[in-house]
Amino acid sequence: MIDPEARYLRTHEWAKKEGGGIFSVGLSSYAVEQLGDIVYMELPQPGDTLEQSGTFGVVESVKAASDLYAPLGGEVLEVNQVVVENPDLLKEDPYEEGWLIKIKASNPSEFEDLMDAKEYKHFLETEAE
Amino acid sequence: MPYISNTDQQRAAMLAEIGLKPEDLFSDVPPELRCGGLNLPEGLSEQEVCSRLEAIASQNSASLRCFLGGGFYDHFIPSAVFALTGRSEFYTAYTPYQPEISQGMLQAIYEFQSMICRLTEMEASNASLYDGGTALYEAAMMALRLTHRSKVIVDDSVNPIYRTMIRSYLRNRNVDVELAETENAQGLANRSAILEALDEQTAAVIVQNPNFFGCIDDFSDLAAAVHSKGTLLIVSCYPISLGLLKTPGAMGADIVTGEGQSLGLPLSFGGPYLGFMATRSEYVRQMPGRIVGQTTDAKGRRGYVLTLQAREQHIRREKATSNICSNEALCALTALVYLCLLGKEGLQQTAQLCADKAGYAYERLTAIPGVRPHFPAQCWFNEMVLDLPCEAAEVTARLLERGYAAGFPLGRYYKGMNRSLLIAVTEKRTREEIEMLAEEIGAIVESLRSDIR
Amino acid sequence: MKLVFEKSVPCRQGLRIPERDVPAGNRLKKEYLRERPAGLPELSELDVVRHFTGLSRRNFGVDNNFYPLGSCTMKYNPKVCERLSSLPGFLYLHPLLPQLHSGGAFTQGALRVLYETDRMLREICGMAAFTMQPMAGAHGELTGIMMMAAYHRDRGNRKTTVLIPDSAHGTNPASAAAAGYTVKTVPSDESGCMSIAALKEMLTEQTAGIMLTCPNTLGLFNPHIKEVCELVHSVDGLAYCDGANLNAIVGKVRPADAGFDMVHVNLHKTFATPHGGGGPGAGPVGVVERLAGYLPVPLVVRQEDGTYALEYDHPKSIGCVSPFYGNFGVILRAYVYLLMVGREGLERIAENAVLNANYIKEKLKPYYEVPYPGLCKHECVISAVSQLHESGIHALDIAKALIDAGFHPPTMYFPTIVKEALMIEPTECESRETLDAFIEAMIDIAEKAKQEPQTLKAAPLTTPVGRLDETKAARQLNIACL
Repeated sequence: MIDPEARYLRTHEWAKKEGGGIFSVGLSSYAVEQLGDIVYMELPQPGDTLEQSGTFGVVESVKAASDLYAPLGGEVLEVNQVVVENPDLLKEDPYEEGWLIKIKASNPSEFEDLMDAKEYKHFLETEAE
Repeated sequence: MPYISNTDQQRAAMLAEIGLKPEDLFSDVPPELRCGGLNLPEGLSEQEVCSRLEAIASQNSASLRCFLGGGFYDHFIPSAVFALTGRSEFYTAYTPYQPEISQGMLQAIYEFQSMICRLTEMEASNASLYDGGTALYEAAMMALRLTHRSKVIVDDSVNPIYRTMIRSYLRNRNVDVELAETENAQGLANRSAILEALDEQTAAVIVQNPNFFGCIDDFSDLAAAVHSKGTLLIVSCYPISLGLLKTPGAMGADIVTGEGQSLGLPLSFGGPYLGFMATRSEYVRQMPGRIVGQTTDAKGRRGYVLTLQAREQHIRREKATSNICSNEALCALTALVYLCLLGKEGLQQTAQLCADKAGYAYERLTAIPGVRPHFPAQCWFNEMVLDLPCEAAEVTARLLERGYAAGFPLGRYYKGMNRSLLIAVTEKRTREEIEMLAEEIGAIVESLRSDIR
Repeated sequence: MKLVFEKSVPCRQGLRIPERDVPAGNRLKKEYLRERPAGLPELSELDVVRHFTGLSRRNFGVDNNFYPLGSCTMKYNPKVCERLSSLPGFLYLHPLLPQLHSGGAFTQGALRVLYETDRMLREICGMAAFTMQPMAGAHGELTGIMMMAAYHRDRGNRKTTVLIPDSAHGTNPASAAAAGYTVKTVPSDESGCMSIAALKEMLTEQTAGIMLTCPNTLGLFNPHIKEVCELVHSVDGLAYCDGANLNAIVGKVRPADAGFDMVHVNLHKTFATPHGGGGPGAGPVGVVERLAGYLPVPLVVRQEDGTYALEYDHPKSIGCVSPFYGNFGVILRAYVYLLMVGREGLERIAENAVLNANYIKEKLKPYYEVPYPGLCKHECVISAVSQLHESGIHALDIAKALIDAGFHPPTMYFPTIVKEALMIEPTECESRETLDAFIEAMIDIAEKAKQEPQTLKAAPLTTPVGRLDETKAARQLNIACL
């Protein structure tokens, strides 16, 4: 399942335009599936600044841990506490209810650097492990 | 070779079946790297090894009457401890990676974690660390991670062996952590020095109770002061003393560590020992080492597994909370069995007995002319610092010849304390031994004094 | 089974504490005392014995049956080592004794054990000096990397990075990071060994050193190992050998001869001390001459008169990594083992360990994928990828089915560069009959994977509990009965 609205990093994070230079960020359903049941998440604080492709948190399953990379640089506006408390949301609704953070992008054009849904689909089919 | 089962015939047959010749087995090793035989003696029979080791063991004097402590104590070990930890289903197993066939060790570790929490009045414990010193170092690292700060303060009443270890670990890294060490503790943690060093970059303050001098402290005031700066309080403790003493948890400690040797582990010339660590629930994810958790199987049966493994090196690699893999599981089992045998009353009685016997030793020893307590104002548990009218090292040397390990001379670690002797008394020391020690010390002090005269 | 706390009966006691034979002289102030006694269980000695005997029966050790846990070297732990290590002359010896003035005379036997074990390990590894202080393999790694940092500081080198192959044990990067280094991962090539081309590209003036397991975690001996070490030396880096797999080459190859500057030896693997359900172990570290000054103190030396003593005067020493002289009880067991097996026995260990591993690998080849099919050393890695594709059977399912067959499963999902990996290390101790029984069980499981995969998914059925819910354990954390 790939959200056609979102754009993607090779590390499977997605970003979606929320308007006004604000983007929501999450993890693709492919990545969530690979990790298995997620038991813990470490997310940044609102106000933290992120760099594009810099780490902004960690998701842990029972047998794996995976760093989260920021699709865009900017300031963290909001963190989804609901998903922190109920990680199953990531599996159930990775592109809507399962968003992780919202970012005020410092350079919204970074969005254009990301893979679009078609490219990400192709990436999954050819390269991703 | 007694520990290889296959016979020459079997080996030949196996090689033939897989199409190899004996020399093929190491054909991947370039010839210039092959060592061509070691310069070591040939193997011995079990009978020969037994006689040799018995002879070597007899060159050690393990039967000295032991008043030597310094964080490592000669407590009595009940027979059932050896019998139960000697069961090979426990000791020949590895880390319980396969929970279905490791419920024995997993449940035992869960019970051990519970026991440590109950002893220290903390919320979460790990499955063990190497020893009390590395546990303290790991606690410091944990505090650095939790606070994202760069400075650690250690009080000088913390065991000097542990301070040396922490210093070694922190200084021999490729990145710097500031280590501030206080001086001149007057029996209790040096609060003014600690508070002076305490700043916004301080991750942790490390103290010990009872401290290296045996003195009992209450860190409640320190906890409040430390917390007001966002700093964590790390307390190293002596578990037997917790049979009586106010717990680190009740004082407001954030991380508690200790050496578990006193809980049924023999002194064994320095190891294996048992490091333990406990903390608040909110910090559990930054706690190093293995942790066992309770869960259920598909039929709802209760069982135990290694949990929160994503913190550990085998998953998180360079981002792990610690590099620890092998821990001291069998020693943790030993401590658990010991505490089960003593039970609620037994631990209290043992701690009381230690305190009482030490109290009696104090009375007898301070009755010797010229022998005085170094910290007369302080309460102490089962270990005390006495000032002698002569070099303490000289006294302990003479007492060794008389069959006593009389204590630890403090001059080695503390400037100006050459005449101070640290004496520990456990429940194993009898009244007679205590009185004999007092007599011997009295005689030596007298003779050294008359030498001087 | 009930928790020990659930068996508690008020007023029961498992140990009679001696009557006080001195006057009550306790001067403890009330404010220093705990408010209520610690919640320890109240049990009779028999209760305690039954409880822990019960627990032991729910545990699986080498004495129970075959335990081919790859990279852990679960060999037989000789009983003589247990017996001799519990001689009172060793068991009740206070570690501070030799630090007292003239106290060394009272611990000559223990110091001799440390000294002679050190000498034997030097010979086995080709190193110039050893420290016995590290209390586990990973602890040895950290000690080694701390010495690496001290060496570079001493030489005024500004080094930031440690190189580690992608097949390495997780402890390697964790140890390098604990000592403050940045870790860079070197990929393996198609042969399963570290890619020399990638290494050449990654080596820079910032490279502090490299950590390598030899043979590596795929059980392969890298024939270019010497070249790797020389390349690292060319930028004044140090080569650290993780000796976890020494069992494969003991008596055959000495790490120093291969170009390594440091090595740790897991006494609980190669030298047969018991793993204790996860510890204690011991991880002595050996170094070449130019690093000897950095070793932790004290060192045990033999004096001219033949007596043993502790030596502290090493100004460049990194200090102390353990409170005394390492896990003496473990070192003592390894010492006894070394005396028992001797020079020739050590070589037989390596030969038999390698033969047993290759035997299993060849016999399983028709049934499982073997990603590196050539000669292996002491362990072989097979993969369940074909079982996964054909019938959805994972390495985990195979492991659990082995439990029902009476065996401890191999290491699963490691090394991570092999998908659905099962890493089998039979050790030299096991007989052909045992290996054949294991092989038969593995073949039977491969057949079941084809015919009736659902039975494997249900395994194990013979254990006190079935597969446990690890997600629940992590999400609803219950780690103590308070």
